[in-house]
Amino acid sequence: MAERFTKSMARNIYLGGSAFFVLLFLALTFDTQSRAMPERDNRDQLTEQVVRGKHVWENNNCVGCHSLMGEGAYFAPELANVFDRRGASDSEVFKAYMKGWMNAMPTNVPGRRQMPQFNLTDQEIEDLAAFLEWTSKIDDNGWPPNIEG
Amino acid sequence: MKYESQRVAMPYFIFALILFAGQIVFGLVLGLQYVVGDFLFPEIPFNVARMVHTNLLIVWLLFGFMGATYYLVPEEAQTELYSPLLAWILFWVFAAAGTLTILGYLFVDYATLADVTMNKLLPTMGREFLEQPTITKIGIALVVVGFLVNILMTALKGRKTVVNIVLITGLVGLAVLWLFSFYNPGNLTLDKYFWWFVVHLWVEGVWELIMGAILAYVLIKITGVDREVIEKWLYVIIAMALITGIIGTGHHFFWIGPPEYWLWLGSVFSALEPLPFFMMVLFAFNMINRRRRNHPNKAAMLWAMGTAVMAFLGAGVWGFLHTLAPVNYYTHGSQITAAHGHMAFYGAYVMIVLTIISYAMPIMRGRPYGNSNTAQILEMWGFWLMTISMVFITLFLTGAGILQIWLQRIPESGEALSFMATQDNIALFYWMRFVAGCFFLAGLIVYFGSFFIKGQASPAEEVRGPATEDA
Repeated sequence: MAERFTKSMARNIYLGGSAFFVLLFLALTFDTQSRAMPERDNRDQLTEQVVRGKHVWENNNCVGCHSLMGEGAYFAPELANVFDRRGASDSEVFKAYMKGWMNAMPTNVPGRRQMPQFNLTDQEIEDLAAFLEWTSKIDDNGWPPNIEG
Repeated sequence: MKYESQRVAMPYFIFALILFAGQIVFGLVLGLQYVVGDFLFPEIPFNVARMVHTNLLIVWLLFGFMGATYYLVPEEAQTELYSPLLAWILFWVFAAAGTLTILGYLFVDYATLADVTMNKLLPTMGREFLEQPTITKIGIALVVVGFLVNILMTALKGRKTVVNIVLITGLVGLAVLWLFSFYNPGNLTLDKYFWWFVVHLWVEGVWELIMGAILAYVLIKITGVDREVIEKWLYVIIAMALITGIIGTGHHFFWIGPPEYWLWLGSVFSALEPLPFFMMVLFAFNMINRRRRNHPNKAAMLWAMGTAVMAFLGAGVWGFLHTLAPVNYYTHGSQITAAHGHMAFYGAYVMIVLTIISYAMPIMRGRPYGNSNTAQILEMWGFWLMTISMVFITLFLTGAGILQIWLQRIPESGEALSFMATQDNIALFYWMRFVAGCFFLAGLIVYFGSFFIKGQASPAEEVRGPATEDA
């Protein structure tokens, strides 16, 4: 770097640049959270059951194998659209599917990836189903590209 | 070593390396579970092994950063550490809490762990990388606060160098952003948005300050170049890191709910995120070319160059590959993400910690000019084995990812293969990745072996001397 460019100039770029972008980021966060998100995340349908379902999801570390909206582990299928993929976008069909699935685990097929038996109650499975159904309806700019997730 | 209290860095480094070994062993378990699905099932299901693998990484890097800080802050400030006793107490607290948490993951069912640690009172568990029980999260916060007090008290009473200021800014940022790990609302979109305040703003924000400061310190020491020059570079690098990286957070906001303007903001700014890493490459090689002496610790110099190059490849190039929104639409949450994650973490953060260990450990062990030639040759074998293995791990995962996208993502619904059918089709790549992982473990064993060779190197030879007094 040429001598004309001094250390204090470099420091000012760092301080000014980072201060500006921190403030811009906070402003964008404010806009995203206060204006945009209420219209995009269906928070009017965010029932207590959905929140209970989120805790079932978390307390069993589901994200340790699955992804949800593309985030998590990549060992097992994406679940943000499983309501559409396996539940035919119908709450009752999906609940029935979930009960059947969760109770059939693990398959114990030799050499295949295994999902543990979590011993969830029927209520917990319904809560989880409600959470996954709610999640499937978030406006996520049209991701994933197809039903397979 | 100019100050006796710097020696408190030693237990931090040793414990970091022990956890590193654990991380690699669990990495191999995971790699095998990808192809032999029921391996160790139901004793260690995939989610448990993954949690151990990623949490060990985070914790050992924190141990490494803390060790680096305890080592370099007193020397930069030209004073003894404020309280070596506090550093020792916090070491044992953090080591015990970390070990207990990992044992909890392994021996207690996760839902039971959530129950007995009273996750209900303040639910924070069950989110990727933030799986720790709430009580562990509080413990981490307390340890970091104690650590920061110790470091600030040291830095404030001594010489204020740019290296110290940047390092401490990064560490304070790390601590402040950690607080977002306690925010877990019932609304998933809010949860995800602020989850990235910890994850992204750590690794693509404040951790880059920590990395830059450690790299600058090691370069001052081994090249003997005037610190004025090095500090100017450091400012420019961290300026680039924050100017691109903060709004660059937007590349995580594409598909999790936030509005469409993030598609543009995230794409443009994160496309610039390779810049600070590219500058680190120029920085490291330039300083080494302008060196005023040939430091006898050649292994440390190799790590310093290696971390710059591998961080640029892993974080910069592999990040850029899938960061533009139209590309990320297909690659998001695929094996491409895993490929990038592996090389970026190894290149930027594993290697910077191994750089400072390579420089500082011999000095703390009474070998001021570095380890003997034999030890250094072995260490460099470890460097190449681990680094080349990581390149192959990344390439195989990238291959797996491209095929996964081709089979599962690009075709229309109805024609695309299901997730599991796709996984079966790309198993060959997972096998190759597993083999590369075994070579990585071999490299780690060689690297560890280098610590057990006696003897030391002879003093530095000045080439364009004299080196600055700092060096």
